[in-house]
Amino acid sequence: MKLIYEKSQPGRRAASLPRHDDLPAADIPDELRREEPPRLPEVAEPELVRHFAELAARTFGIDTGFYPLGSCTMKYNPRVNERVVAHPGFRDLHPLQEPESAQGALEVMWRLQEILCEISGLHACSLQPAAGSQGELTGLMLMRAYFADRGEERDTVITADTAHGTNPASVTMAGYKLQKVETDARGNLDLDDLRTKVNERTAGLMLTNPSTLGLFDENIEEVAAIFHQAGALLYYDGANLNAVCGISRPGDMGFDIVHINLHKTFSQPHGGGGPGGGPIVVRDRLEPFLPVPAVVPDGDRFRLDYDRPKSIGKVRGFFGPFGVFVRSYAFIRAYGPQLREMSELAVLNANYLLARLKEHYELPFDRLCMHEFVLSARKLKREHGVTALDVAKRLMDYGFHPPTIYFPLVVPEALMIEPTETETRETLDEFADAMKAIAREAAEKPDLLRDAPLGRPVRRVDEVKAAKRAVVRYLYEDHPDLSEEPVTAAAAEAPKGV
Amino acid sequence: MPRPTARSSRSNRQTRLRYLSLTEGDRERMLAAIGVASVDELFSDIPEGVRYRGRLDLEPPLPEQELVAHLTELAERNVAAGEELSFLGAGIYDHYVPAVVDSVMAQGQLLTAYTPYQPELSQGVLQAIFEYQTAICELTGMDVANASGYDGTTVAADACFVAKHATGRSKVVLCETLNPQVRQVVKTYAPGFGLEVVEIPHRDGTTDPDELADAARDAACVIFQQPNFFGCLEPAPDLAAAANEAEALPVAHVDPISLGVLEAPGKYGCALAIGEGQGAGNHQAFGGPHYGFLAARQDYIRRMPGRIIGETTDTEGERAYVLTLQTREQHIRREKATSNITTNQTLLAIGGLVYLTWLGPHGLRDVGELCTGLAGYAKNRLGLPLLFPNRATFKEFAVRVGRPADDVVAAAREQGVNPGYPLRRDYSGMEDALLVCVTEKRTPDDIDRLAEVLAEVAA
Amino acid sequence: MAAPESYPDELRYHAQHDWARIEDGEATLGITWFAQDALGELVHFEAPEDGTTITKDESYGEVESVKAVSDVIAPLSGEIVAVNEKVAAEPETVNEDPYGDGWLIRIRLSDPSEVDALLDAEAYRAVVAEQ
Repeated sequence: MKLIYEKSQPGRRAASLPRHDDLPAADIPDELRREEPPRLPEVAEPELVRHFAELAARTFGIDTGFYPLGSCTMKYNPRVNERVVAHPGFRDLHPLQEPESAQGALEVMWRLQEILCEISGLHACSLQPAAGSQGELTGLMLMRAYFADRGEERDTVITADTAHGTNPASVTMAGYKLQKVETDARGNLDLDDLRTKVNERTAGLMLTNPSTLGLFDENIEEVAAIFHQAGALLYYDGANLNAVCGISRPGDMGFDIVHINLHKTFSQPHGGGGPGGGPIVVRDRLEPFLPVPAVVPDGDRFRLDYDRPKSIGKVRGFFGPFGVFVRSYAFIRAYGPQLREMSELAVLNANYLLARLKEHYELPFDRLCMHEFVLSARKLKREHGVTALDVAKRLMDYGFHPPTIYFPLVVPEALMIEPTETETRETLDEFADAMKAIAREAAEKPDLLRDAPLGRPVRRVDEVKAAKRAVVRYLYEDHPDLSEEPVTAAAAEAPKGV
Repeated sequence: MPRPTARSSRSNRQTRLRYLSLTEGDRERMLAAIGVASVDELFSDIPEGVRYRGRLDLEPPLPEQELVAHLTELAERNVAAGEELSFLGAGIYDHYVPAVVDSVMAQGQLLTAYTPYQPELSQGVLQAIFEYQTAICELTGMDVANASGYDGTTVAADACFVAKHATGRSKVVLCETLNPQVRQVVKTYAPGFGLEVVEIPHRDGTTDPDELADAARDAACVIFQQPNFFGCLEPAPDLAAAANEAEALPVAHVDPISLGVLEAPGKYGCALAIGEGQGAGNHQAFGGPHYGFLAARQDYIRRMPGRIIGETTDTEGERAYVLTLQTREQHIRREKATSNITTNQTLLAIGGLVYLTWLGPHGLRDVGELCTGLAGYAKNRLGLPLLFPNRATFKEFAVRVGRPADDVVAAAREQGVNPGYPLRRDYSGMEDALLVCVTEKRTPDDIDRLAEVLAEVAA
Repeated sequence: MAAPESYPDELRYHAQHDWARIEDGEATLGITWFAQDALGELVHFEAPEDGTTITKDESYGEVESVKAVSDVIAPLSGEIVAVNEKVAAEPETVNEDPYGDGWLIRIRLSDPSEVDALLDAEAYRAVVAEQ
């Protein structure tokens, strides 16, 4: 498929702009004027529309099929949310317009804040962070501010060895040192290991519960006690909240700061990589440090409060990704207290799939799972020389998006599967049948896996060549023809990210 | 507490089943296959002490039409652009968003796809981002752009992080004419990054290159904005030269709409170019979601935060696109990552790509010229003293309204006009300064109306 | 393309998978077969500059493959007198010939007694066996 730049022809144009007579000429000094126009594509509207329709056709979304990416919560994105967010009364608001002219928008934000507090079992909320990672960073900044305010010097944050890569990255960005705690054979945090690592220099713990293994930490109360006794805080990575809405609240588990992924639990569409939303909810003693402005009720109206002398400042422009708030709010209002049923069915679907798959793949932790579970393809590798990567690619030929692979790092040849609550039982059965068939193919016809996928617009992609050549934009007449270079070894077993 | 505005509906199977497919029969079969008697048993690992046995204190579920009515009622309580004649800018802009942008962003596969970690299933998204990266590089005159940052503020923090690691220095210099929220976000990130932040004041609406040269000594980078927050044109090539002299990285925070008319930062010596993409292809949406862009010279490619799409081939030699240089990113590098960013603003950036494609190079120039032409007309027509009469401007300019600007805004709004942004909210000593923004969506008649209203309400 | 597994006897080794060839007060340094195998095909070598001083047990650069990036640990201290430009241009040389053409840097030793703390090939093979 050609790039839009390759479809460009001089003289074509899609835009039509107003014209006005007798406007003054711009007084732009010559030394600031652009000399050469940017080489943007020149296409008319029909070609533009076709181009993007073709790009859409070459993209697999939740709308296309089953998408069991562990820790991503690829649930159905309701269409009504798109309708409501497109209302000009939301879409065409300027964030700096007078608050009195945006009362409906402020009310959406305030209501969402209250709802997230209720779900978390905590007291105050900021919707500002733009994504889960930014929520993590904001939470760590809150920790810094909290301890600085108390005159306590703490320099270390502890994460689990099963943690998502954003956790240690956020710890570093916040200027903290990182310590890891191990997971025991049951899939819980190793309490003995933990006790040796928590001391008066510990600022806190970053944990998701259930963990990335899909397991609820059975000792969470003891874990919380260990940190609180040392005067430290607990941070909840909300990536796996879909398992426990209305069933267990992070505040009750002992967490002091929570971030929620609106693009996971609360159905903001992923958009090919974003946008998302990472609001944070905190225990009341952390409220003074939240980013500004706060949305506060003022009688029967709402206003923006900038008078927060202890606030950490701003992590993002304005109030956060407002369009994401509207969609998540609409999603939650469609469920109300029945969010609990959403979580129950997420966990039911996962356990059903686990029951159907565990005889064909290795199950590292023999427990009921929560909303996701991790299998290992290690036996297939040992006996037939095919890997989790090969299984993933072959699943594409069966019409499914593969699960997350090579994560968490503690499980070799990991396959992390999260079906979510919006799938039918038949889809789960079809997926289980496909996984069973692939396990059999691994034994009988392993080349089918190694050559997979066979039915997509491209075959396996050469990632080594991509990294070495680093061609990251179209270079026009200098654009290289990479097909003239040799194919390097098959795509590496990189952790495929979540 | 405000009363709920929707009529509660008696909860019934219909309201809750619409996104959930499992029937009673399904559940029974599945529980049997798992080997448990009830759904409740699936949660038996949760200690009773943290088990929530209550009922979430949330309003009952709304069937779809009531949901729409409720959200509509909330939306209608806002004064949207179009209901009020607005000249409000200051970082978010009422530029025209063509219909093709909305329709592309609504396409189900693009809307509901995840990050393209499985390239064979995501060639569409990957190619779109590659095309977006190309467009940003073309606009800014740079060699590499990432797949988007959160917004125009966080990309400034990202740029400081890049500069710190590239130079080994930890001082960053911000111009006072840089958007106040951008500066505030950099200062929020600074303690964690170990940055010392220094600001240099404006001189009659722009930045003095000699003062910048002084401040840039021992600095990792200098960030200036073009056009700046006052709408004025900075002596950008001189600022970049001053930074380069001091071996600090020049970082230009630029308005994408201006780049058909103003020179690309890469052409006058900048190391990085960043900015807020909203004006190019996204609705204002009360502040987000939008997309930040970050582009750099080739030297900095390995320090870039965020995702980068690269071209390659598949095993048959066919051209293909893939996430590349992933060793910079959190899922591999973990605590040594160049950033923790994972979810970014891809769909909004694709909207930006569609917009820039719709415009083409001549369209981008035309929009820029329309904005400056209309702004020039407004400057003359308003007849109010300019705050910075000696400065060339782009699409925004500051006027003096003779009395506190907030009062003027309130009075003008009573006549259905929002005349602009009171600069006193961010700058001291600017009590009567109003920042007026004129985009291509305003007409000369609109400007005449603004002039009429201001003539009445200004002092 | 990658070399077969080997740990030459004439070299000295550091437990973090680096080797040293010592000659006349200078040492040539690189990463071992085990390290290149774990990383996969190298795509980038972030090299230090000539003349910089490196310190034993500390990182002096990075090597990168598609799936991982790794610090390169200095087995010995000294001043860099040469950087292997071939590896900088073609990082996969390290996979093909980790102990020959795939050398990374050469240093003038600041403290030759540090050599005594390094492992011989036998001891290093034992370290590898435990991984």
